Order: sequence, then C-alpha cells, then structure tokens
Amino acid sequence: MSEQGQRLNVSSEDGVTIVELTDRKILDEVNIMQIGEQLFRIVAEAESPKLVLDFTNVAHMSSSALGVLITLHKRIREKSGKLALCCIQPAIKEIFEITRLNEIFTMCSARAEAITTLG
Amino acid sequence: MVIASDLRAAREVAQEVLAEIARLGYSQACVFAIRLALEEGLNNAIRHGNGYDPDKTVEVSFDVNQQRAVIAITDQGPGFNPRSVPDPTSDENLGKPTGRGIMLIRAYMDEVGYNPRGNQIRMVKLNR
Repeated sequence: MSEQGQRLNVSSEDGVTIVELTDRKILDEVNIMQIGEQLFRIVAEAESPKLVLDFTNVAHMSSSALGVLITLHKRIREKSGKLALCCIQPAIKEIFEITRLNEIFTMCSARAEAITTLG
Repeated sequence: MVIASDLRAAREVAQEVLAEIARLGYSQACVFAIRLALEEGLNNAIRHGNGYDPDKTVEVSFDVNQQRAVIAITDQGPGFNPRSVPDPTSDENLGKPTGRGIMLIRAYMDEVGYNPRGNQIRMVKLNR
C-alpha cells in the first residue's frame, strides 16, 4: 500500500517503511523543513522504526538536507531502529563521501538490498 | 544585484546565474558544483550573515564567461573568520547536523576567498 505524502512517497514492505524522496532538488530550506517534519513524524509514530530512504529522484541536495538526515538517523537510533539509504546518484554519493557521512549511513545501491539489510 | 534577506529572492538570483552558465555550455559537473556553491553561499549570507533580518540585504555579483565563473556574495552581517569554523569531517563533528556548507563550497569550487571583514565570499569555478 502506498501513501502519497507532500514530498515523500511512503510504502511498506516486510516490516520496513520505504520512503521515496520525490523532489529532484533538495535545496530549498522550506522544502527541506517539510521533508524533515514528515520524516520525523514517521519515526515518532513507529515503535522501532526500520526506514529505507530511496534517493532515486534526487539530483541535487544541500548541507541543510544532510543535517536533516543526521537528525533523522539520531532519532531512529534513539528508538533502537535502523536506517538505510539507497539508489543514490553518483554526484550525490560524492557529497556523502566528501563530508565523510558515508561512514555514518548505511548506503545500498538497490532498494531490495536496503530492505534486506534492515530485515 | 541586491536582494532582500529572503531565500525565495536568493533562488531567483541563483537561477539567473545558472541560466547564464547553461547558456555558455558549462559541463553538468560544473553546473552541479556552482548550483551547490550558490545555494550554500546564499543560505550562509541570509541565515548566518544577516540573520534573516528583513532590513538587511545581500549583494550578489557574477562575472561569467566561457573560461570561468566568478561569483561574489556579500551580506551585511559582522563577518566571520573562516579559519575558526570547525572541520565538519573530524570524528567529533561527524554527527553534528550543521557546519558543512563552507567545506562543500571549498570542495566544489576551484577558488574560494573572503574579504578581510569576512562578510563576502568570492568563488571561482573554471569551465573544464
């Protein structure tokens, strides 16, 4: 079952919540805040969240978006949950590598791999 | 060009610069880098420099040709010392949600400099 959020496509599979970021550019501060609020709500509502964040559509992102991901990761860990990122385009992956955030996040090339990792 | 301390106005300026860069046939990688640097630089000017003060403005100047793009962003804040910004890639800062904008600008642009007061950033990207 799929639920169309404002900036997120949310579905679930094998007990894992899959969130597809629908924006191509995650640059605008207002958009980033909206995405953050929706993600934080998903985490708040889950007992022990298992979340896959699918970056297929994302071609641009800023340091503010990285900040939201770090906060999201922290909140998930506080609830003994797990987070995996998947389908990250090479240019975006480079941002994670430059900032060394690839060492913090679990990053998978495909969605199925990310779901298996959290399962 | 002078804009208000407003992120929407910043977006319009960024679009203008990017349109000129696209017109001149810069590579996709260059456009990606300049878009990111503009976003980070304008955000820093509006948020950290001017503190979203509606009475303060941001001046954006750009000089773009086939060889290189030079962009300067000046805010009306007190300025800062770029050397005093903690390294966001050090182990103790890796989990902090902020402080990566300047390092991303440095990583993606070919030259980055500040005026002595620290309220203007000048960024250069070579078209290659």
